[in-house]
Amino acid sequence: MSRTATSSHSFGLAIRRRFLASEALRGFSLLSPTLLAMVFGLAMPLLVLFTLSFWLQDYVDFIKTFSWKNYSDFFAKPIYGMILFKSIKISGMVTLATVLLAYPMAYFIAFRIQKNKLVWLILITVPFWTSYLLRVFAWKLMLGYNGVVNSGLKSIGLINEPLAFLLYNPTAVTITLAHAWAAFAILPIYVSLEKIDRSLLEAARDLGENAFMSFVRVTLPLSMPGVIAASLLVFIPTVGDYVTPSLVGGPSGIMIGNIIQSMFGKALNWPLGAAISVMSMLTVTAMVCLFLWGTHRFRRKIA
Amino acid sequence: MNAYRPWWRPDGFVVYAVVYLTFIYLPVLFLPLFSFNKSKYIAFPLKGFTLKWYQQMVNSPDMLEALMNSIKVGLMVALLSTMLGLLAAKAVTRYRLPGRGPVMGFIMVPLVIPEIILAISLLILISQAQIPLSLWTVGFSHMLLCTPFAMLVLISRMEGFDRSLEEAGLDLGENAWMTFWRVTFPIVLPGIVASLLLTFTISFDDFVLAFFLTSTDPTLPIYIWSSLRFPTKIPAVLALGASIFVISFFVVAFAEWFRRRGVKTDSTSGI
Repeated sequence: MSRTATSSHSFGLAIRRRFLASEALRGFSLLSPTLLAMVFGLAMPLLVLFTLSFWLQDYVDFIKTFSWKNYSDFFAKPIYGMILFKSIKISGMVTLATVLLAYPMAYFIAFRIQKNKLVWLILITVPFWTSYLLRVFAWKLMLGYNGVVNSGLKSIGLINEPLAFLLYNPTAVTITLAHAWAAFAILPIYVSLEKIDRSLLEAARDLGENAFMSFVRVTLPLSMPGVIAASLLVFIPTVGDYVTPSLVGGPSGIMIGNIIQSMFGKALNWPLGAAISVMSMLTVTAMVCLFLWGTHRFRRKIA
Repeated sequence: MNAYRPWWRPDGFVVYAVVYLTFIYLPVLFLPLFSFNKSKYIAFPLKGFTLKWYQQMVNSPDMLEALMNSIKVGLMVALLSTMLGLLAAKAVTRYRLPGRGPVMGFIMVPLVIPEIILAISLLILISQAQIPLSLWTVGFSHMLLCTPFAMLVLISRMEGFDRSLEEAGLDLGENAWMTFWRVTFPIVLPGIVASLLLTFTISFDDFVLAFFLTSTDPTLPIYIWSSLRFPTKIPAVLALGASIFVISFFVVAFAEWFRRRGVKTDSTSGI
């Protein structure tokens, strides 16, 4: 008896020694709470979503037998594909606008501001402390019938009647999203510009490049990681946004998020909603891969 | 040369910066304006100054309860996700892990999927497991969304961390826990503060996850969403928005003051 006890004791010691010796084990045991939370809160739900997309809705219950019906519905009714395509288009426009508008501002803070850069960065983020919903609502106020733009134009006598076409269309959605996500574009671009070794720029100038060419051949390629991060940070979340389209989009500004939301709400067809979500995720992933491949080629071309 | 040109000397960039700041500030500046407007309609022309919406705000128990719910959830989420982020950040910066890339990628997934998809996946799982929806389910979902942010903030603070300081602590006879408490923690503290602020903000402002995962207890964004449909409720919401804005201004100013103070002590203790 006592021999087994001591041997199990020394066995325990051996495990303990091995545990302390192995970096990987200690690292993973530190990681385990986070990983566990992510497995339960992320991997499992996504798996369940995927499974549900092959089930069918029967009033409030599910028919739990495998079926392709939701996917064939998705392809049979062009409306889903069209709205998904429109969402990608709107988000693409938003991403382009946000990044193009943010780049010069980030450049200005990184290269022209010498003191108190942090104050400038805070200045950029201050408007975004307002609730997301209220920021979107603010554009309703800007573009609405009795809104800022219409009242302004009327008071300087450019128009007699308020313009009704400003609000409730895809353009209003694009402007609102480009405003709401501005900070997400500026910060990564700023970080990548700030990291650039200034002596590289001096070298380019010394070697006879003019200001524009040294920007194109040195600054731009080196800031591409920031541009890519900014694009992804804006593009991916905006595809699924449904707050903005429901507040300022009107019937023509509906996006795929609205469809998914209605499937889990009024339309009460969770499996079809799950299938639409899976299709959206696949499309977004494909777009992101295409984008990464494109930027990779672009970088190789100018480098 | 470029480097010695003061920023305010007007040229294309300065003009652009002014235009850009106008673009991001203008819409949100109109919100507090209408919280002082006499008319209950959010439209021009303005009807005169009043404080009655602020009075209505203080006397609206529903709104204050939603605010309290958001604060409670936000505090829980900030603490938990910062703790998870801290453990994970320590693990990946301190130890050589096999499969570090895929593991990091997995934890970062919430950053790169549309929030609505995270929300409905959790909703399906939670309803299949027959767990009742509540503020707890909202908090759990926020924790998932916030942990990657916390981890990124803390990794960037820990990467520049000199490990010989920890070893010195151990050599001088402190145990692992005391070394963490007296050496690691003070150095990482600015990162922890940043992470707490960021995760609280994300949770406090989140609408999508809360919309799908709460039952009868609204968080503040849920309350705002429902009152956007009732024009008469909007001015009081704008009053609350303006008040929250002013408070967060002071919080950030305090955090910045705290950070600078931290930098100063860092440099003097370094001698």
